[in-house]
Amino acid sequence: MRNLFTAFILLVALASPLRAVQPDEILPDPALEERARALSTNLRCLVCQNQSIDDSNAPLARDLRILLRERLKAGDSDDQAVDFIVARYGDFVLLRPRFTPETWILWIGPFVLLLGAGALLYLRRKRPEETAEGELSNEERAALAQRLGTDQP
Amino acid sequence: MIAETGHFALILALVTALVQFALPLYGAHRGERALMGAAAPAALAQFSLIVIAFLALMHAYVTTDFSLANVWENSHSAKPLLYKISGVWGNHEGSMVLWVLILALFGSGVALFGGNLPLELKSRVLAIQGSIGAAFLLFIVATSNPFLRLNPPPIEGNGLNPLLQDPALAFHPPFLYAGYVGLSISFSFAIAALIDGKVDAAWARWVRPWTLAAWMFLTIGIAMGSWWAYYELGWGGFWFWDPVENASFMPWLVAAALLHSAIVVEKRNALKIWTILLAILAFSLSLIGTFLVRSGVLTSVHAFAVDPARGVFILMILCVFIGGALTLFAWRAPMLKAGGLFAPMSREGGLVVNNLLLCTACAAVFIGTLYPLALETINGDKISVGPPYFNFTFGLIMLPLLLLVPAGPLLTWKRAEAWPVIQRLWMAALATFAIAMVILVATRRGPWLAPFGIALGFWLVLGALAELAERIALFKSSFPVSWSRLKGLPRSSLGMTFAHAGLGLAVIGIFAVTTWREEHIVAMKPGDHLSVAGYDVTFLGEAPMTGPNYTGDAGRFRVMAGNREVATLASEKRRFQPGGQETTEVGLLQAWSGDLYAVMGDRMNDGTRAMRIYFNPLISLIWLGTFIMFMGGVISLTDRRFRVGAPKTARRLQPAAAE
Repeated sequence: MRNLFTAFILLVALASPLRAVQPDEILPDPALEERARALSTNLRCLVCQNQSIDDSNAPLARDLRILLRERLKAGDSDDQAVDFIVARYGDFVLLRPRFTPETWILWIGPFVLLLGAGALLYLRRKRPEETAEGELSNEERAALAQRLGTDQP
Repeated sequence: MIAETGHFALILALVTALVQFALPLYGAHRGERALMGAAAPAALAQFSLIVIAFLALMHAYVTTDFSLANVWENSHSAKPLLYKISGVWGNHEGSMVLWVLILALFGSGVALFGGNLPLELKSRVLAIQGSIGAAFLLFIVATSNPFLRLNPPPIEGNGLNPLLQDPALAFHPPFLYAGYVGLSISFSFAIAALIDGKVDAAWARWVRPWTLAAWMFLTIGIAMGSWWAYYELGWGGFWFWDPVENASFMPWLVAAALLHSAIVVEKRNALKIWTILLAILAFSLSLIGTFLVRSGVLTSVHAFAVDPARGVFILMILCVFIGGALTLFAWRAPMLKAGGLFAPMSREGGLVVNNLLLCTACAAVFIGTLYPLALETINGDKISVGPPYFNFTFGLIMLPLLLLVPAGPLLTWKRAEAWPVIQRLWMAALATFAIAMVILVATRRGPWLAPFGIALGFWLVLGALAELAERIALFKSSFPVSWSRLKGLPRSSLGMTFAHAGLGLAVIGIFAVTTWREEHIVAMKPGDHLSVAGYDVTFLGEAPMTGPNYTGDAGRFRVMAGNREVATLASEKRRFQPGGQETTEVGLLQAWSGDLYAVMGDRMNDGTRAMRIYFNPLISLIWLGTFIMFMGGVISLTDRRFRVGAPKTARRLQPAAAE
C-alpha cells in the first residue's frame, strides 16, 4: 500500500493501460460479436482489480474472451455460455452477482432501507393538531401583550 | 537537518493538537475563558508546524534527497519538477501529511474567522478538530513516518508511478482531501452542538458554508479523477464504480444531503437532529473512505491481514470517532428541542425526500462496495459486485430524485399545493416531452434509454430555468424589471439554479455517452483509414520519441471532416524509466458534439497496430455540468448572509424565519 491510489494502480499495473479486445478476437458475425461484448462486460477479469474481461488486457482475460466466443459460436445461449464459465471459475467471475440467499441483502437492502425509512418518516411525522402550537395559553398572551406594550395582542 | 526539522515539527504538531483538544474542551466545560482562549492560538500553531513539516518533505522531494526512504521509494532524479512536487502526496506517508495539513488549515480557518462565534461553541469545535488532528498525527508518527532516513543513501530512486505523472492527477488529491477533510468542520460543529445541547439557525448558518466548500472541493476532486481516468487510462470510460471512486462518491452524496437539510434548520428551525446525524455520517464516510484506500483492505481481506499495522490503526481511529460520535448522538440528541412543523407536502417535506433518496442512494453504494468484503469475512465466499449492480440500484433510487428536483424549489414552506407547482412547470415538462419525442424519432433503432435519460437531463435544466424565470417574473413583467430582480436575487438562490442545471447537463452527458458511444477496434497499418461518426480518420504512421523520463512511440492520425482537415491526433505509448512500465497517451479531439478518442495499441504479428477509436458523444457536458455545479457553490458562498456576522444574523433571525 505505498501508492496513492493503489487500487487504480493495481487495476492498471496488472493489465497495461491499453484497451482489451484485440482485432483478431472479433467474430465475423456482428450479431454474435455484439452478444459476446455484452456478456464480457459483465464477466470479471480474475487476476485484475475490479475490471471486466472486456476492459482487461491480461492474458487470462483474453483466454476467457476467446472461450466465451467459442461457446457462442458452438451455439450456446447467453445463459449457457455464462454458466459454462461460472462452473469453472465460480461466482466471483460475475460482476452482476446472482440473486441467491447469500446476496439477498445486497440486492434488496437498499430498497428495503428506502421504503422502511420512508414509511417511518411518514408515520412518525408530527401532526400540527397533536401539539399546542396553534393556540397560545393565557399566560403567554399576557406576556406577549406586555412585551408588545399593548393590551390587545 | 531539514528533514529532522520536519520530523520534529510533526511531533510538536501532535503535542499541540493534544493541547488544542484538552484545554478548550475542559475550559468550555468549566466556563474558564483563559483555557478556552487557548483553542485559536493552538490551532494556528498546529497549522504552522504542519506547514513546516510539509515544506521540509517537499524540500526533500524537490532536491531529490534519497537519504529519505520515502523519497527513494517514490521519486526519481529525472522526474519533471511538477511531479517531484506532486510526488510529495503521491504516496501513502506524504498523502497523510497532506491530509493533516488540510485538516489544520480548516481548523485555523475557524480560529481566524470564527470571531463572531460564541466562545464556547468555537472552543469546542476547535477542540474536536484538535482531537482528529492528534489521532492522525499519531498515526503518521507511529506507522507512516515520511522522514525516516536511509544509510547509505541510494544513488537513484524508484520513481513515481507513471500513471500518476499527469497534471490532473497532480492536483486531484489536494482537492479530494480538502473535500474529505472539510467535512470534519461540519462534524466538529455537530459534536460541539451535541455537547452544547443547542442547535439553532445561527449554527446552521455557520455549518452551511463549510459544508458547501467541502462539497465543492469533493465535486472538483471527483471530476478531476474521472477526467484523469478518461484520458489517461485509455479505456474511454469515465466512471468505473471502483471502490476507490465509491469511497469519494459516498461523502459527496451525504454532503449534498447535508447541504439541503441545513437549509431547513436555518430557515425553519426543523430537522435539527437529522442534520446533526448527517454531519456525523458525512465525515464518518470520509474516514471510511480513507480507511478503504489506505488500509489495503480493498485489494483483498488477506492483503489487509498480512500487513495490518496501518489498517488496524485507522480502524481504531474510525471506531473511536464514529462510535464516539454516534454514542454522544444517541445520548444527547433527544435533548435537542424539535422545531418548526410542516405538512408532508411542503418545501421542508421536499427536502426530506431529497435527503431520504440521497442517503439511500449512498447506502446502495456503501452496501455494494462493502458487501464482498463482509461476505468474505463471514463465510469465505468470494463474489464480485460490479457496475451492473451499481447502475441498477443507484440508478433506480436516483431516478425519482432527479424527477422531483425541479419541483422542490417551487414548493412553499410549511404547507404547499401541487397546482401552483404544476402551473410553473408545465412548459418545461412539455418541452422535455418534445425533446424526448424528437430523439426517439431521430434515433428509432437506438437504445430506449437514450431519449429517456437525455430528456431527464433536459428536465433538470429546464426546471431550474423555469424556477429562475418565476423568481424574476420573466415574461410577466417588463424586461428591465426582470433584470433588476435578477440582480437582487439572493446569491444562494442563483447558486441553486446553477447547481441544478449543471446536474442536468451532466446527466445529459452521462446518458448520451453511455448509450450512443461509437467504438471501433481495428488492426491498422500506415495509410489505412476508418470512418467514425462523420470523421474520416487516417493512420499516418508512427515514430519513436523521447521524453524527460520515458521513451516511446507516437502514432499520428489525420482527421478529416468532409474534405477539410480538422486535426492531427497523436497517441503515444510511453515506457518509463526505471521499471519500463508502459502508459498510453490518448489522442483526443474535443468538440461540442463529442470527443474523438484514438488509442494506439499493441503491434500485431503481421506488423499492423491494434487501434481503438471511439466517438464519445456529448461527453464534455459531464465536465461542463460538474463545473457549473461547482460554480453554483461558488456563487452561493458569496451570499450576503455568509459574510455578515453570525450574532447579528442570529438576532435578525426570528422575523426572517417567518418568510
